[in-house]
Amino acid sequence: MNPVLEINNLTISFDGFKAVNNLSTSVKKGDIHFFIGPNGAGKTTLLDAICGRVKPASGNIIFHNGSDVTRLSEHEIVELGIGRKFQVPSVFNGITIYENMELAAVKVRSLYSSLFTKLTREQNERIKSVLNIIGLYEDRYRTPAKLSHGQKQWLEIGMLLVQQPEIMLLDEPVAGMGRKETEKTGELLRQISQQCSVVVVEHDMEFVRECANTVTVLHEGALLDEGDMEKVQKNPRVIEVYLGRGERERS
Amino acid sequence: MSTYLLQIFNGISVSSILMLAALGLAITFGLMKIINMAHGELIMIGAYVTYMIQNVFIQYMDKSVFDLYYIAALPCAFVVAALVGYLLEITIIKRLYGRPLDSLLATWGVSLILQQMARSIFGAPNVDVRSPVWLDGGLVLGDVQLPYKRLFIIGLVILSIAGVYIFLYRTAYGRRIRAVMQNRPMAQSIGINTRKVDSVTFSIGAGLAGIAGCALTLLGSIGPTLGTNYIVDTFMVVVLGGVGRIVGTVAGAGAIGVGNTTFEFFTNASLGKVLVFLMVIIFLQWKPQGFFTINSRALDE
Amino acid sequence: MNRFSIGNKFELGKKNMTIVIIILLLCMAPFFLSDFRTNLLGKFVAFAILALGIDLIWGYTGILSLGHGVYFGLGAYCMAMYLKLEAGGGRLPDFMSWSGRETLPWFWKPFGAAPIAIFMALCLPALIALAIGYLTFKNRIRGVYFSILTQALSIIFVVLFVGQQELTGGTNGITNFKTIFNFSLADNRTKLWLYYISVALLLLAFIFCRFIINKRVGRVLIAIRDGENRARFSGYNPTTYKVFVYCISAVLAGLAGAIYVPQVGIISPAEMGIVPSIEMVIWVAIGGRGSLNGAIIGAILVNLMKSGISEKFPAVWSYFIGIAFVVVVIFMPTGLVGAFNKLKKKLFSLKVGKAGQLAQSNVPVE
Repeated sequence: MNPVLEINNLTISFDGFKAVNNLSTSVKKGDIHFFIGPNGAGKTTLLDAICGRVKPASGNIIFHNGSDVTRLSEHEIVELGIGRKFQVPSVFNGITIYENMELAAVKVRSLYSSLFTKLTREQNERIKSVLNIIGLYEDRYRTPAKLSHGQKQWLEIGMLLVQQPEIMLLDEPVAGMGRKETEKTGELLRQISQQCSVVVVEHDMEFVRECANTVTVLHEGALLDEGDMEKVQKNPRVIEVYLGRGERERS
Repeated sequence: MSTYLLQIFNGISVSSILMLAALGLAITFGLMKIINMAHGELIMIGAYVTYMIQNVFIQYMDKSVFDLYYIAALPCAFVVAALVGYLLEITIIKRLYGRPLDSLLATWGVSLILQQMARSIFGAPNVDVRSPVWLDGGLVLGDVQLPYKRLFIIGLVILSIAGVYIFLYRTAYGRRIRAVMQNRPMAQSIGINTRKVDSVTFSIGAGLAGIAGCALTLLGSIGPTLGTNYIVDTFMVVVLGGVGRIVGTVAGAGAIGVGNTTFEFFTNASLGKVLVFLMVIIFLQWKPQGFFTINSRALDE
Repeated sequence: MNRFSIGNKFELGKKNMTIVIIILLLCMAPFFLSDFRTNLLGKFVAFAILALGIDLIWGYTGILSLGHGVYFGLGAYCMAMYLKLEAGGGRLPDFMSWSGRETLPWFWKPFGAAPIAIFMALCLPALIALAIGYLTFKNRIRGVYFSILTQALSIIFVVLFVGQQELTGGTNGITNFKTIFNFSLADNRTKLWLYYISVALLLLAFIFCRFIINKRVGRVLIAIRDGENRARFSGYNPTTYKVFVYCISAVLAGLAGAIYVPQVGIISPAEMGIVPSIEMVIWVAIGGRGSLNGAIIGAILVNLMKSGISEKFPAVWSYFIGIAFVVVVIFMPTGLVGAFNKLKKKLFSLKVGKAGQLAQSNVPVE
C-alpha cells in the first residue's frame, strides 16, 4: 500500500524541550494507524504538527501529492484533505447542527463561494445520511449548545465525515465514553477507514487492540516500535516503558 | 551630547509613568484577563485622594509638616483606590470573568460613572496639587538638570515593581494568587478560597493605579478626565509587552515611552504618536503576541 | 429556496415584520415632528446605518472595534470637503486662509466633484480598514488586543486631525456649509430630502447586511465568533472573512458619516474620538447584538434618549449611559431585542402550553 503521509526526521521543540525528536514514520492508505505512548510522549504534538497548529524545528511531513504540510497554514492543510478532531469536543454553538454540518460539507470555502453558492443536492444528501448515522437528524434545527458530551463528539466526527478528508486525525476519540459508546465508535472508525486513512491517538488499550491495523509507540518524542499490535505488545522495551513508568508512579 | 542625555532621561521618565500605570493592569489583565477600562479612573481617584490629603494638611496641620503630606498621601491613595477596586470586583467584575470583551464595555461604563462623580464632587475644572518642597529642583549633571520629581517617580516605580515581584513570587499569598490564575479548579480543590483571592488580586491592581495617580499629581494639574489620557497608552504597553509577565510590562512601557519622546523630538507631538502606533503595528507583525508570552494548549481561549 | 434544502426552518416573511415597521415609522415621522426634530432624527438614522456595520463585526463575528469613529469621521470629512469647496465657490476654505495658507492642498482638489467625494467617503474607510484588518487579523491579533489597537487608531486620528490645522480645520473641524448639489442646506425641503435619503440608505444597508447574513458567509462569521481556530480546522481562512466584514462595516460607517454631515452641518475630530466610538458599540449592545433590527433600534433609541435627557440634565446622562453599559452587558447580553424575544417565548409557552412544545419538536421534514 502506498503511504498517504510521510513524516521525515521531524523535530518539534518548545523552548528547547524536544516534544518530538527526529521522528520518521508513514501512514498507509486506508489504514487505521494508532499512536500510543505514555503521557508526554509527543502524540498530540505530532497531530498538531500534521494539521499545522505547530511548526516543527526541522524535518517535514509530505502528503501523497508531494506538498509539505509543515509549510502550509491550517486551512490549506484541510483543503489538501487532512481533517482533525480535537480532544475536547469543539463545535459551533451559535449555529444549528445542520449549519455546522453545512460549513464542513462545502468543498470550496472561499469568501466568494460562501457569498454566492449554495450546497449541491449531493452535499445535502450526504449531510442527511451522516446526520442519520450519528443520530442527530431529528435535532438538526437545534444549536449544539445543549447536546451531551458524547453527542458533541459524534457531531464533530460527523462534521469530519461530511468533510470527506483523505486522512482523519483523531485525538482520543473515546475519552470519557462508556464501553458501549466506545464499541460504536470503533465500528464507525472501521466504516470511515474504507473511505480514508485514520490516525488515532489513544490511551484506551482495549480500544487500540480492537481497531488498530498499525501501532506506533512513541516514547519521549522518539519512535520506540512500530508494527501490528501483536508485535508491538511483545517488544520488551515497550513493556518496560509502560510498566516501568507505572511502577515509578506507584512508589 | 547633553540634549541626548536629557532626551534619554525624558524617555525613561515617560516610561516610568506608563510602567506605574500599567503595573496594575498587568495584574488585572495579565493575571485575571479582565480589561479594566476604569483603571484610568482609579488613577484619577489616587490623584484626588492626594489632593484631599493636601487640603487636610493645609487646613488642620501645622505649616512646618505640610511637606510630609505626600508621604501620607501615597498609602492613602493606595488604600482608597484598592477599596474602590474591591467594591468593583464584588459587585461587577465577578460577573465578567471569562468574558474579556464584555468586561471592557462594562468597566467603560464604570469609568463614565466615576468621571461624572468626580465632576460632581470636585467640579469640572482641573485642580492643582502643590508638590512638596523637597521635590523641587533637580540633580545637576554637567549642564543638564534632572528634576527630583521625575527621579522620585522613577524610584517609586522601581520600588513598586520590586514590591509586586516579591509579593507575587516570594510570599505565600502571591503563590496562592498565581495558583488560582493558572489553574482555578485545581486551586479550589486544594482549599484555596478563589473568590477571596480574586477580590484581593483585583484590589491590589486597583491600589497600584492609586499610587500612579498620586505620582501624576507631581507632574501637573489633575481633573476628572486624567485617567482617559493614560488608559490607551497603558493598554498599548500591555499589548506590546505581552501578558502574564511583569518583565513584559517593563519592556513595553520602556519601548513606548522612549519611542514617544524620541519620535516627538524628531518630528512633532502629533506625528510622534502616529509613528509610535505604526511601530507597534509593525512590531506585532513580527511578534504578534508581544515581547513575552506564555504558550497555552487550549484551542480557543 | 432549494427544493431539497433541509436546513432552513424560518420563513423569511416573518423576519421582515420588524424592519418594515421601523421603516414605515421613520417615513411617517416627518408628518408628526417639527423640522428641527426631523433633522435630528435624520442624524440618528445615519447612526443606525453605522450601527448595522458594528453589529456585523461585533454581534456576528465577535470582533470588537473601538475605532469606528474613525471610519465614520473619514466618510464625514470626505463629504465635508466637498460641501466646503462648494460653499467657497472656488475660493480657499476659510480656515485655510486663517492659518495663512494660500493654495488648496493637492489632495483637496478632487473633492470639488461630488461623485469623487462620495466615492472617497466609502473607499477611504475601506482602504484603511483593509490595511489595519489585514495586518492584525493575519497575525491572529484578536479579541481585546484588536480592540485596544483600534482604540489607539482612533486616538491617533484625532491627534492627526487636530494637529494638521491648516489641512483639516483642526479642533473646530469643517463647518459653514451652504449648499449641496446647489440646493440650499438651510432650506427645509432640502433637509426633508436628506432625511428621506438617509432612510432609503438605511433600508439599502439593511438589505445588504441581511444578504450577507443569510448567505453561508453569515454562518462562517458566527463560526469564527464561536471558535476561530475550529473554523480554521474546518478549512476556512478566518483572515479573509474578518478582513472582508471589517471593510464592509467600515464602508457602512463611512456612508453614515457622509449622510450625517450635510444634515448636521459640521464634522470635527471630536466625533472620531474614543468616546463616541465606544458609544456606538453601546447602541448595538442595548438594541441587541447579533440582530440587525436590534442595531437599528438601539442606535435610534439611545440617541433619542440622549438628546432628550442631556438637553436638560447633562450630568444625569453620563450616569445613565454609564449604568446602561454595566446593566446591559451583565444582565441583558442580547439587548432589548433579545429580552423581547425571551418575553415573547415565555408568553407563548404560557398560552399554548404543552401543545406548543409538541408542535415545536415536530418540525415538518421537507
